[in-house]
Amino acid sequence: MATLKINGEERTVAAADDTPLLWALRDLLGLTGTKFGCGIAQCGACTVHIDGNPVRSCLLPIGAIGDRAVTTIEGIGATPTGAKVQKAWLELEVIQCGYCQSGQIMSAAALLATTPHPDDSDIDAAMAGNICRCGTYLRIRDAIKRAAGERQS
Amino acid sequence: MSLVDRAGTTPSRRSLLTGGLAGGFMLAFQLPLRAANEPVQANDNTEGRFAPNAFIRINHAGRTTLVMPQVEMGQGIYTAVAMILAEELDADYTQVELEHAPPNDKLYANPIFGIQVTGNSNSVRAFWKPLRVAGASARAMLVQAAAQQWQVDPASCSAANGKVIHAASGRTLAYGDLVDAAGTVPMPQNPPLKDPKDFTLIGRPLKRLDTPDKVNGKVVYGIDAMLPGMKFATLAACPVFGGTVGHVDDRAAKAVPGVRQVVVLDDLVAVVGDHMWAARKGLDALIVTWNEGANTRVSSRDIWEDLRAASRKDGVVAKSTGDIAKGLAQGQRVEGEFELPFLAHAAMEPMNCTVHLTQGACEIWTGTQVVTRVQATAAKAAGLPIDKVTVHNHLLGGGFGRRLEADMVASAVRVAQHVDGPIKMVWTREEDIQHDVYRPAYRDTISASLADGRIVAWKYRVTGSSIMARWLPPAFQNGIDIDAVDSAVDMPYDIPNLHVEFVRAEPPAVPTGFWRGVGPNNNVFATECFVDELARKAGADPIAFRSGMLGHNPRLKAALDLVAEKSNWGQPLRARVGRGVSVQPSFGSFIATVVEAEVDEQGEVHLHRVTSAVDTGIAVNPDTIVAQLQGGLIFGLTAALYGEITIDRGRVRQSNFNDYRMLRIDEVPRIDVHLIASTADPGGIGETGATAGPPALRNAIYAATGIALRRLPIDRDALASGKRA
Repeated sequence: MATLKINGEERTVAAADDTPLLWALRDLLGLTGTKFGCGIAQCGACTVHIDGNPVRSCLLPIGAIGDRAVTTIEGIGATPTGAKVQKAWLELEVIQCGYCQSGQIMSAAALLATTPHPDDSDIDAAMAGNICRCGTYLRIRDAIKRAAGERQS
Repeated sequence: MSLVDRAGTTPSRRSLLTGGLAGGFMLAFQLPLRAANEPVQANDNTEGRFAPNAFIRINHAGRTTLVMPQVEMGQGIYTAVAMILAEELDADYTQVELEHAPPNDKLYANPIFGIQVTGNSNSVRAFWKPLRVAGASARAMLVQAAAQQWQVDPASCSAANGKVIHAASGRTLAYGDLVDAAGTVPMPQNPPLKDPKDFTLIGRPLKRLDTPDKVNGKVVYGIDAMLPGMKFATLAACPVFGGTVGHVDDRAAKAVPGVRQVVVLDDLVAVVGDHMWAARKGLDALIVTWNEGANTRVSSRDIWEDLRAASRKDGVVAKSTGDIAKGLAQGQRVEGEFELPFLAHAAMEPMNCTVHLTQGACEIWTGTQVVTRVQATAAKAAGLPIDKVTVHNHLLGGGFGRRLEADMVASAVRVAQHVDGPIKMVWTREEDIQHDVYRPAYRDTISASLADGRIVAWKYRVTGSSIMARWLPPAFQNGIDIDAVDSAVDMPYDIPNLHVEFVRAEPPAVPTGFWRGVGPNNNVFATECFVDELARKAGADPIAFRSGMLGHNPRLKAALDLVAEKSNWGQPLRARVGRGVSVQPSFGSFIATVVEAEVDEQGEVHLHRVTSAVDTGIAVNPDTIVAQLQGGLIFGLTAALYGEITIDRGRVRQSNFNDYRMLRIDEVPRIDVHLIASTADPGGIGETGATAGPPALRNAIYAATGIALRRLPIDRDALASGKRA
């Protein structure tokens, strides 16, 4: 049993402390926007923010979160950076199947929160943990620059 | 319902093959189906709505709902279908709502396959005419209804943005106000279609309709289905293909908090719990002794030896023009053999299926490319009539051919038979990779002869699995799989003596299926790699060499000319950097691609730049087409650089993204896609990039190093410095 602060709300999860946050969100709290892709922190589909930092929720036990703030794709639009990223994603029509994009958007929003004007190497470093099987990487790069207020390359 | 039942006739080998010569799978498989040229009528005007056909519903409020016969897996088809329907309907595109089609082959069959299938890059090709006719006939009925009300000649009326307009009197009527009257107007037999120059939607880079809910977590994929009282399950099949369950000790599994049940079937075990983590932990705690069976002796090494031996025998002739023996006796004879490995699909959304079995009924929630097959599969597994099975299709988190199969549905239903209430069964990534239906391993052998700087003879033999023999038997006739020879029988070059054979060689144990790019993936690779080798033998530039043999293929030649210009072909590059080209007439599109890549001293390959020139006929949504090319190229280049499934002791060795690698953002180069304006009917696009990337990359490596790789994935050891072909 854990009490978590998720998207600004207190939520109680009836599961063992070793339960990864991913499954608590998806299966117990009905927040299915966070995706399961690999279960071993290789693909980034499950990325959420813990106190603003991007974390792979498939390996993060709920017992290790404490009172830190969890933000998911359902809540990221409430932050100015998250809203900018979502807007840029749609303006540049980044998305294809979309399954990985929750994680991509969460990683991008975390990047922009700490690095408001990322260069290509910043983007590579922040985004290389997120796999997209549809191959939307070029537009992800452009959309991050768009969200940063720069002209896309 | 099988294709043969529906068509009432089995396509003859002759019709398949002669069609195949004319333009690949699309024409090869065109059957005389009513749906190919006219919408199947579903004149269902109940519930106060105007429903003139299977695709369009308009209610009194004017809300226009478009029913999507093809499934959305990222390729943008929902947007393209909506654009085509709205164009001819003159609907207000910004207000349309979309619905997944239910399973119904009568109403929603893909005209090329005769069943509901999204695949082979043919959604727009197959539905271009039927959707235009559906939109135009609905529009004509609405116009007729308005004209009757105004007592004017329908020809004096026009329509736009969901309204009928009588310009002479300045009157308008919204479609919603015409719902009842239009429902009584007879269906026009041959409604006039718009002249493409009058298109207002088609050809514009309109925003996709499926993406807004994909940025905020609202979108619901099959894996996101949630039902009251649902339990969560995950499974393990025998790691060895074809093996069965021996003994199961479930004491530790049942002690895991949240585990509710262990289900043991002949061929798999599943753990059911309160959430996926409980199920997963329970599965890990399960002690299973498998009866591994005879396949423990199967290995990649033996599979390749068998495939090589099979490829040395004569195959069934799929096409022969000129005199191949005489042709091969002329000029300089060159031989080549090319090998492509097994591949997994690794869609980002792992396999999953949610099932609720009740007394005498079955409900399914999943994302599939074959919704009626899912329905039939569930019915069979549950022992129910088909009409007792409801399937809720979803947006797909990637398909790539994996969701052309229904095996996951059968497994989920069989487990659900032992569980009270609904279950969601989710495959771990490891199960997804190790129990896929794999892109076949292929071996292609080519003998060619060169005279006067041209190819005068080309003998091409494909050896590999026939997917069609299992998946769509009418497409496997007299030993020829029309998919396996697609883009081989219709290869683009002018060669006077051409001979194509197919050798069916099924691997032991390993199930094979379609993978993005299907048959052309193999044939374009082997063809384009070998043409590059022949160009070098002829002392010719690879583009000039190809261009000289494309006299009968002006659209492909134009694409080649454009890509040469846009890629800076011919401009000097530094050492160990090369440009490679590939061309393809596949899926009804004409595409030329140049990859520029560097091979470092360790043999690692770095992608610098990719340029494609694309003539796909009328580009319904040009932005989607560019995106599909970019993504498809990355998909193909991923496979070329990393993709291989290997078999050891009857099991797949790879298991997750750590050992089945994907290209990541830091490895992806600039990709420029140039569309060529065309008034031809639309071609297919979803798979073309996957087919284009690998041969162009391999030829870039050939240009950079002189090493002619003949196998994928690329062999870095062979490319390390100091080695020369």
